[in-house]
Amino acid sequence: MCLWCRIRQKNPKKKTYYAAHVMTPLLSAPGEKMAAVQDAPMELDSEKETKPEILSDGTSNLSGNTASGTLSSPPLTAGGAPKQEDQQTLIAVLQFLRRNKLTESVDILRREACLEDQEDSQTLDGSGGGKGDGDGGDANSLLSRVSIASAAAPQSTLTPIPVKSEYDQPDVSVVLSAYSQQGDPSLYQVYYTGLKNFIESVLDCHRAELSQLFYPLFVHMYLELVYNNHETKAKAFFEKFSGDQECYYQDDLQILCGLTKKEHLKGNEALLDFRTSRFVLRISRDSYQLLKRHLQERHNNQIWNIIQEHLYIDIFDGMPRSKSQIDSMSGSFAGETRREVNKAKVFYGLLKEPEIEVPLDDEDDEAENEEGKPKKKKTKKDSMGSKSKKQDPNAPQQNRIPLPELKDSDKLDKIMYMKESTKRIRLGPENLPSICFYSFLNAYQGLTAVDFTDDSSLLAGGFADSTVRVWSATPKKLRKVKSAAELNLIDKESDDVLERIMDEKTASESKNLYGHSGPVYGVSFSPDRNYLLSSSEDGTVRLWSLQTFTCLVGYKGHNYPVWDTHFSPFGYYFVSGGHDRVARLWATDHYQPLRIFAGHLADVTCTRFHPNSNYVVTGSTDRTIRLWDVLNGNCVRFFTGHKGPIHSLAFSPNGKFLASGSTDGRVLLWDIGHGLMIGELKGHTDTIYALKFSRDGEILASGSMDNTVRLWDSMKAFDDMETDDFTAATGHIPLPDNSQELLLGMYHSKSTPVTHLHFTRRNLLLAAGAYNSQ
Amino acid sequence: MAEERRQKLCSVILPTESMKAIAESVGVGSLQEESCLALSEEVSYRIKEIAQDALKFMHHGKRRKLTTGDIDHALKLKNVEPLYGFQSQEFIPFRFASGGGRELHFYEEKEVDLSDIINTPLPRVPLDVSLKAHWLSIDGVQPAIPENPPPVPKEQQKTDSTEPLKAVKPGQEEEGSIQTKGQGASSAEVKGKEKMRMKPRSTHELSVEQQLYYKEITEACVGSCEAKRAEALQSIATDPGLYQMLPRFSTFISEGVRVNVVQNNLALLIYLMRMVKALMDNPTLYLEKYLHELIPAVVTCIVSKQLCLRPDVDNHWALRDFAARLMAQSCKTFSTTTNNIQSRITKTFTKALLDDKTQWTTRYGCIAGLAELGHDVIKTLIIPRLSVEGARIKAVMDGPVVSNIDKIGADHVQSLLLKHCACVVAKTRPLPDMVDQYKADYGYLGTMLCSHVVKARAQAAFQAQTVNRTTLTITQPRPTLSMSQSGLSASSGSRTPNIIKVPSSLTLMSTRPGTPTQPSPPATKYIVMATSAGAASTQQVRVLNEFVSLYLSRLPRHLYHFRACLTSDRR
Repeated sequence: MCLWCRIRQKNPKKKTYYAAHVMTPLLSAPGEKMAAVQDAPMELDSEKETKPEILSDGTSNLSGNTASGTLSSPPLTAGGAPKQEDQQTLIAVLQFLRRNKLTESVDILRREACLEDQEDSQTLDGSGGGKGDGDGGDANSLLSRVSIASAAAPQSTLTPIPVKSEYDQPDVSVVLSAYSQQGDPSLYQVYYTGLKNFIESVLDCHRAELSQLFYPLFVHMYLELVYNNHETKAKAFFEKFSGDQECYYQDDLQILCGLTKKEHLKGNEALLDFRTSRFVLRISRDSYQLLKRHLQERHNNQIWNIIQEHLYIDIFDGMPRSKSQIDSMSGSFAGETRREVNKAKVFYGLLKEPEIEVPLDDEDDEAENEEGKPKKKKTKKDSMGSKSKKQDPNAPQQNRIPLPELKDSDKLDKIMYMKESTKRIRLGPENLPSICFYSFLNAYQGLTAVDFTDDSSLLAGGFADSTVRVWSATPKKLRKVKSAAELNLIDKESDDVLERIMDEKTASESKNLYGHSGPVYGVSFSPDRNYLLSSSEDGTVRLWSLQTFTCLVGYKGHNYPVWDTHFSPFGYYFVSGGHDRVARLWATDHYQPLRIFAGHLADVTCTRFHPNSNYVVTGSTDRTIRLWDVLNGNCVRFFTGHKGPIHSLAFSPNGKFLASGSTDGRVLLWDIGHGLMIGELKGHTDTIYALKFSRDGEILASGSMDNTVRLWDSMKAFDDMETDDFTAATGHIPLPDNSQELLLGMYHSKSTPVTHLHFTRRNLLLAAGAYNSQ
Repeated sequence: MAEERRQKLCSVILPTESMKAIAESVGVGSLQEESCLALSEEVSYRIKEIAQDALKFMHHGKRRKLTTGDIDHALKLKNVEPLYGFQSQEFIPFRFASGGGRELHFYEEKEVDLSDIINTPLPRVPLDVSLKAHWLSIDGVQPAIPENPPPVPKEQQKTDSTEPLKAVKPGQEEEGSIQTKGQGASSAEVKGKEKMRMKPRSTHELSVEQQLYYKEITEACVGSCEAKRAEALQSIATDPGLYQMLPRFSTFISEGVRVNVVQNNLALLIYLMRMVKALMDNPTLYLEKYLHELIPAVVTCIVSKQLCLRPDVDNHWALRDFAARLMAQSCKTFSTTTNNIQSRITKTFTKALLDDKTQWTTRYGCIAGLAELGHDVIKTLIIPRLSVEGARIKAVMDGPVVSNIDKIGADHVQSLLLKHCACVVAKTRPLPDMVDQYKADYGYLGTMLCSHVVKARAQAAFQAQTVNRTTLTITQPRPTLSMSQSGLSASSGSRTPNIIKVPSSLTLMSTRPGTPTQPSPPATKYIVMATSAGAASTQQVRVLNEFVSLYLSRLPRHLYHFRACLTSDRR
């Protein structure tokens, strides 16, 4: 759940305030940008940084001063119960804000941390006197109050359907009180067996739906046993019932079986998530009634309590779903998607291309120009079905987020792009692309990331030995810019000044970039080919200049390994995601992030920008995919269905669809507009590390650890799926099992896992991977 | 299934003994059992946690193998100082020891002399990372180049040839399922798929590049330049894309042997045998389908009465040895219960050996062929014959001078028998080695055999001393066959032109043996045996023919192969 969406919900009028301030840097011209950050938003920044830290229970890190103390301490030890220090820190921050008369921020922070009532009472108590009593000494009483409040909570909220607010945040009280109520430990097995027998005896149509209950109940009951120090009982419970769980929960069960002591619960992030976030189940009304009746008849309060407290049951009217339908959507860390989550409008259309006067050389170009953003638009029109020539109704406002202005060089590049695209090969099932495979030989140190520039002229590789290497994929060699002293001697008026500034002596086919101190897990070229981003285990993202081949900026903030980074298709912005479970949006000229996308329950493993740059998609180890709105930081789409960590994401060129690949070897296709899963491509036998749509979106290429590149007929996959209003409303789509039909080609490489795929502007597929001699 | 899963998930914890051992190693003498238990549980849990984190690093490092580096990174996440000194690229095996009621697993850490390290020359600097581009696919078809895996994996070739019924038509099964499942699939799409999948299999025409390659390789293999030949053989032995050319190569070899045996062209026979060896060495090829051509050619090189123009001077014995080794290798690789290669081969050799009128050259070949098949064969088939053979040798050696050639032949047979039998006798016969006893058992050869056995025993004992824990095998240096060893002075310029044919003319001859319309004549033509005693030889020929007939039972397919290749060649 995102910080910003919460702010917006709680306090709609604050939104403008934040948006204005935070967006200031985006709007400002490059010259004055730093100055703009310097004055007003200074506190804002620090405050912004603090909040996610508190929310995610010490798992995130910050570069601000306020919490520098937590940096040195083991980050994940805060555990379920926020420690006293955390409370103290909170209170100290509040005081600081108050002193500086930042009342709005105070309100928000208090809400965020659920300290509302406590603080209120405090301020009432000590309104006259100083606020000094807010710290240290009162922390204990604070804590106790919180727990009392929460202990009372279960009774008060015993409504059958716990639909409070849709973004029901994990509040501190739940963490503290979880599992505090004692049931008879020996009866747990009886309860569970009772429920199991009941579910097995119900009608077939309900059984599949109710079976969803098994896993979350199993986990919660096990944790309760562990929490209450019934170690042997817990073990017996686990032994008895773990075999019944769906096979895609294996990984989690493995973590779970290691946990046998109350102390273990404290540091375990995975379980913390399980407890703080509610496991979401989707059940039809009939099935739910059945369950409710059963539990009430049996007075099975134990299970009922767990359902009330820890599960979120999303009830829908209509036919109960089949087993396969359920299986296709489940598997994530926190259950399924709530239906309301994916209702927000997403502007998935593309931005209008700027009008560029093409210098006309020949007839070809002329025709191209007259047809108004030729070829590419045309093909896109086919793929979109209905698309107006001028402005896509689904496209965001041109200035929805501020984008950098086009420079002359960008315009030149656009012209090049248009010229190239006229020569593009139209791909299809009968016309498969040629694949050129770039093998990295002698990569003993381990190739961890690869990227190509959009025009396929440069190739960058990130290695486990902390180096980044840039190769020229064309005969043109890489040259550095001359040194400042030498540059002074150049005649700046001459026509070939751009050529003259290059130092011929440094020409070589590849350049090494040194600077990271850990394996480089992500590399991304800027669209204008002037910069390269790399993210590393050392917790930084670095920006390199491809003119001087030196490091320009180190973006610190994640502090834990940064798994991926990606440049916006328009440049300037980039996104990064890492082990700290948040994705961050940065602008190249700011050393601090502009947005923090928090909500994933585990590492953010891959990040991609939407083609219109208004959205960012992140995939995570919690087996979910989230789409974030760059403008306000909201999570606008939440996709579940993968059974393993997600390692690759790709948007279709028209921005309408998303493909995702994970360790389970499956590619899933998603319709962003409707927020639905629309396809499943089975075939790979190992992690899929690379996904890419062809330039026209007709072919999806996937590359995997199993040493194959596979080509899929994505047009067919998208066309087969009719998404009418009904399916959109319920989200229940019968997925056709047609992977074999959609597979157009499979190409084995010689013990070379495929790390990256890229379509050139003419639709030649480039693949890259490190040859593995063993 | 559930059982399995449950077992896998059972939480494993470290034994308390480990805790005790570790505690002792850091100086804590007596640790309570309870604290041991608590410790081991805690430690197991933490280790699991770290392992789970380390897995993340493995996944992101795009590897399948967990390294010590991953563990270090995982420790760093937990703010724990990484372990130093455990960097290792390779797998470090645990060693196991037990004693005093305790079982231990430990790393073997050898003491290293520093001066050794200092004095050893620096290892070579590893090669720098480099990029290499190749075509994985061209318009949807994967080209057969060394950079790509072989189009038809060896396993499939194997199943194709050993279970012809199962491998109906590659891809057909799949195709069928696709068509039945996806009726909506446009026919064009299916066609495209067919084209893509069938292409590498269904055509017998070679591309222009492949034809060129074939020509180059065959010319180099039988040409006069040794360097080129080495390169060509290397290519045959390693290139993964040869599958389609295999029928041509096999025909080339068999025809080449047929022609050159008649002409007694030893050098070319040797070259052709080396080609067979290279084909066998190629890890991507499975030769079973072509044995009906290759085995007669190889057997011919083993047992032919005459292989060279001047049997008294030229070392055709080496060729026989080499071919015998090839034969043994193919027996090992391809012999199955259905084709019975080994027993058929053994029968052939034995029959020739039993015949009194067999010439010394053929006799030598038979013995060599049998001996290469292993100790059991020597024990059951050769050793009982020792006295008979000994008598025959004695007759030649001591008797009136018949011909020099016979004498040389007898001499070679004698040394061959001694060489192979000595080690077997050494293994099977109990001590002591008495000369008289040997003489009584083995006749004329007894004396010499005895001394050889004594030598073999001594050598075995010596090896057992030096090499610890190795089984007693007396390894005999296996000379590779090359011109310098064959004794035929091909390198000496003066004689070369006489012996070696102009390569191009040979390829012409061997690749186009007749018009394609002519049906392939029965395979008898391939075998050129000693023909001094008519009856015996025809018998042998008959036995060998059995092989051929076995393969001819699958004739239609192969004939189709030949015809296709011949026609395409002609074109």
